[in-house]
Amino acid sequence: MPKTLYDKIWDAHVVHEDSDGTSLLYIDRHLVHEVTSPQAFEGLRMAGRKVRAPEKTIAVPDHNVPTTPDRVKGIENPESRIQVEALDSNAREFGVHYYPVNDIRQGIVHIVGPEQGWTLPGMTVVCGDSHTATHGAFGALAHGIGTSEVEHVLATQTLIQKKSKNMKVEITGSLPPGVTAKDITLSVIGRTGTAGGTGYVIEYCGQAIEELSMEGRMTVCNMAIEGGARAGLIAPDEKTFAYVKGRPHAPKGAQWDAAMAWWKTLKSDEGAHWDKVITLRAEDIAPVVTWGTSPEDVLPITDSVPAPESFSGGKVEAAQRALDYMGLKAGQKLSDIEIDTVFIGSCTNGRIEDLRAAAEILKGRKIAVKRAMVVPGSGLVRAQAEEEGLAQIFIDAGFEWRLAGCSMCLAMNPDQLAPGERCAATSNRNFEGRQGRGGRTHLMSPAMAAAAAVTGRLTDVREMMTETA
Amino acid sequence: MDKFTTLTGVAAPMPLVNIDTDMIIPKQFLKTIQRSGLGKNLFDEMRYDDQGNEIPDFVLNQPAYRKAQILVAGDNFGCGSSREHAPWALADFGIKAIISTSFADIFYNNCFKNGMLPIVLPQEQVDVLMKDARKGENARIAIDLESQTVTSADGHVFSFEIDPFKKHCLLNGLDDIGLTLEKVSAIDTFEAKAAQARPWV
Repeated sequence: MPKTLYDKIWDAHVVHEDSDGTSLLYIDRHLVHEVTSPQAFEGLRMAGRKVRAPEKTIAVPDHNVPTTPDRVKGIENPESRIQVEALDSNAREFGVHYYPVNDIRQGIVHIVGPEQGWTLPGMTVVCGDSHTATHGAFGALAHGIGTSEVEHVLATQTLIQKKSKNMKVEITGSLPPGVTAKDITLSVIGRTGTAGGTGYVIEYCGQAIEELSMEGRMTVCNMAIEGGARAGLIAPDEKTFAYVKGRPHAPKGAQWDAAMAWWKTLKSDEGAHWDKVITLRAEDIAPVVTWGTSPEDVLPITDSVPAPESFSGGKVEAAQRALDYMGLKAGQKLSDIEIDTVFIGSCTNGRIEDLRAAAEILKGRKIAVKRAMVVPGSGLVRAQAEEEGLAQIFIDAGFEWRLAGCSMCLAMNPDQLAPGERCAATSNRNFEGRQGRGGRTHLMSPAMAAAAAVTGRLTDVREMMTETA
Repeated sequence: MDKFTTLTGVAAPMPLVNIDTDMIIPKQFLKTIQRSGLGKNLFDEMRYDDQGNEIPDFVLNQPAYRKAQILVAGDNFGCGSSREHAPWALADFGIKAIISTSFADIFYNNCFKNGMLPIVLPQEQVDVLMKDARKGENARIAIDLESQTVTSADGHVFSFEIDPFKKHCLLNGLDDIGLTLEKVSAIDTFEAKAAQARPWV
């Protein structure tokens, strides 16, 4: 029977299946960070259990860590410090792989995993973090889990799961200039809604997906969760193999050849069954921004703020609440919205290609906002950006050049918005209070965020590209 | 884990759609290394003003709902983060069941690990229960997990679907890890085979 990519990875990892379909799924890689793991390690300790496969468990602090240079002196906030120290000691006690705060390889867990070659095609990857979907870009089945499940994976290296349904999201044709992976993934959510993927694993395919770099593919899969899906997947191809090859924990020699033989089979078969199919034409996708407090509140930058009455059901009230929270009026042009702050970073858009795209727009220009910061996704991304001269472009434009971490994406560290402060952000969630109590978030691509930094308002990056040309 | 069998109680109405995990428990409260104590910060930014005073209009601050054990909520409840702090905060407040037309996947799973029952019902049935919820003390909702039913205040009985394994664990208060460790030989066998087939993992 023809199988989807998801079917194939699933089948290769079933340890046990009950008659009702409840399955025990083997986990190849378990990524761990400081916020969702302390209670899980504590649970192990209380039960006298060990980590079953410490060699498949990788820990890194990212959510709480300050991103200012003085972090080498320690974390000021006592609660954040306790959480990071708990991860330090748990990693040591249980013997898992660990990248501490001051290691150059430290960074956001979803950037570190691929960078170090921990994430490989065909694997099952979990982490106590919803953006684990990122790793699906490699053709790995990757998704977020809660802390009880973190403890379950630590103790058993398995997860109790029921299989999801298969959804195909196809993006035909090539992306127009100025349109990026972020615009694809936001546009898909705009189409399906934040619950459109609930119960499904999505496979993204089509020419526009094939043409994306690995960085772009990670951006697309990262936000599969914002569409409600269990996971997002992209079939591995030559770009995937080239990215993986030579990474510290990628297979080498004969093992590389054996891995490649299997990896090349990891694609959906002709005639495989899809429970749902969505198709978008790449040429119909524009640079987009969010206007509300849900990632589904997305529109092309050329559009205007919608009227709550244009929605139906419970969304009418939610849209009105969103406009009140965001301080916007129906009918207002999106490109007239003035912003205070720009945040470039996160597991969605904190990779080298994202920094290149933003720097391209910022080169020779100055910011017109109160503050702007770049938070590279890892110490290695930061070092590479410095080597390529990107850091200097950001600094010359007026950006703060920070150390790696999750930072203002969820504002658990000191990087936060003040009440009413409006931010153009390359992160993944525009929820109320997400970037700081009362903070207002507009999601967009790195190039769009850079354009907004230069003009001080939400801006169609294509206008600035014409200027450059 | 606490068992869940039956529950009759006051339900708090939260008709807003897409109530996300950042609303349920804002990130500044995720810095704990314990599971308990989060109830006071449940829905913190909707529940308290900047000075930390209760906002009287917010449903859980109203006298009728301060001890609510059930939430009747809008579509896609619990979307966003995987943080189990969200069900921990709800459980710590005293919520034992949530009724909605739909839940986000990870949140839904996390509820079961904490003895909490998320119930999915069609819109028109949620509407009936939402009306009950708005009546506070005057309209109690009854839930029976064994028979998979919710009974509205005026006696309408609505059936809900639930995964048999999840139901079994909740009814008996079973710990997943203990159950899985009973299959440890199957895990050993799988690991040995996988080490042959995919030695690079």
